[in-house]
Amino acid sequence: MTGRSSLLAGLALALALTACRREERRFSEPQVLVARRERAVAPPSSEPVAAFVDNAWSVSEGQRLFGWYNCAGCHSLAGGGGMGPPLRDATWIYGGSPEEIHRTIVEGRPNGMPEFGSRVPDYQIWQLVAYVLSLSGRLRQDVEPGRPEAIALGQPPAMTYEKKPVPANKGTHP
Amino acid sequence: MALGLAALANACDYRRGALDPISPEALTIDILWWVFFWTSLFVLTGVLIALAFALYRGHARGKSSDTRAELTPDAALERRTERAVLAASALSVVILVALLVGSVFGGRALFRTPQAPLHAKVIAHQWWWEIQYQGKTDSDSVATANELHLPAGVPVDLELHAADVIHSLWLPNLHGKRDLIPGHTSHLVLRPTRPGRYDGHCAEFCGLQHARMELSVTVEPPEVFSRWLTEQRRPAAAPAAPDARRGAELFARGPCALCHNVVGSEASASAGPDLTHVASRPFLAAGALPNSPLNLRNWLSDPQAFKPGAQMPPTGLRADELDDLVAYLETLR
Repeated sequence: MTGRSSLLAGLALALALTACRREERRFSEPQVLVARRERAVAPPSSEPVAAFVDNAWSVSEGQRLFGWYNCAGCHSLAGGGGMGPPLRDATWIYGGSPEEIHRTIVEGRPNGMPEFGSRVPDYQIWQLVAYVLSLSGRLRQDVEPGRPEAIALGQPPAMTYEKKPVPANKGTHP
Repeated sequence: MALGLAALANACDYRRGALDPISPEALTIDILWWVFFWTSLFVLTGVLIALAFALYRGHARGKSSDTRAELTPDAALERRTERAVLAASALSVVILVALLVGSVFGGRALFRTPQAPLHAKVIAHQWWWEIQYQGKTDSDSVATANELHLPAGVPVDLELHAADVIHSLWLPNLHGKRDLIPGHTSHLVLRPTRPGRYDGHCAEFCGLQHARMELSVTVEPPEVFSRWLTEQRRPAAAPAAPDARRGAELFARGPCALCHNVVGSEASASAGPDLTHVASRPFLAAGALPNSPLNLRNWLSDPQAFKPGAQMPPTGLRADELDDLVAYLETLR
């Protein structure tokens, strides 16, 4: 191999290595329920936001939890909105920064948004925040989750055929 | 050699194995297995004896003759060799075709789905089994997790689903493996004959905790089975003891009720296993731990320590809260 092509190969390898960062995943998460007892003095989370927001694993986990914790019940699957406001657009009633979304989930908001801080561990709330951010296309494209298969809920439309009247004396065997 | 084989045979737990069939289908697999085993052993022995014989004769001849004589073709020897090769090839073809025919017919027998009076649904999740016995109405239906009860002598039609990725249901004593595929319904008809406790496993790699995805199978006389089913239909009663009452409150208001269902209480989510009769089950977390109050407490305090990657998050509960919660869950029999 010439010096130039090995340099190119090395560069390509280095580029490929940078792609590994987005799939980081940890097994022992800090056991924190934020608003459980010290609701008034909710401590600022020690987790750097970027660890969740720049991480494909945590975004896809957030996608799963969005269904499991029934966020979809009010905001609809993929955040189109229903009983609750849509999460796909640029309108944010209580602020659209990661910290503000986190606060909304932890403490709840008037007119229907329940507080989840005493029920959902903090790291999962951050995963939900990451997923909510992805709904309005505000994440790096390579960490965004694929379209959920569950979006096609229900039966596919039934195939219907027009019944043509069978003419008499035709198509029948003697 | 014989002693070693006997020791090996002892080491296998036959209760778990496909070599202890308790249904017609498993018997078919068992017979096929032994036919293949003895045929292969017979062929292997024959080949080794022929090889030893050829080596011995070649060695004996090599001593007596020089290289030149070795290279001149010996017509009689050539003919004999040709006949031997032809005979061995013909025998191989006959044996292979016979095995193929046996295998095809055995496979066809396994894929027959006879009519079954009892229906149950098995839904595979990462990493546990959801079992539903459908009744005529919703309140007749029973949902449980990681335990399959079957009446002996009654065919049961299992409807197989997968919630996330491809799994495979393997009940070695009862049947062959059958895949569970998301978006696709498959069926497995079980015809157990002998009561007892058997094991089932996931047989398709399905993620981090594939190894801890066990299913306990209990085959029991039909009257015992229907008693069990009636018992499972009973909703959970509100607990009487004060600690269990606090536990129930915590369960409904805290993190548990976001994922779990307890019939008869406020908790009615469906992401995790139904816990209406959790204390009566043989193990926790699909075989990760035997079911005991202490194990339950340890599991609740940090599920990830016992089953890293499992979908149950750390609950972040205090020690006294854990005690109350365990007291409540132990009333769910």
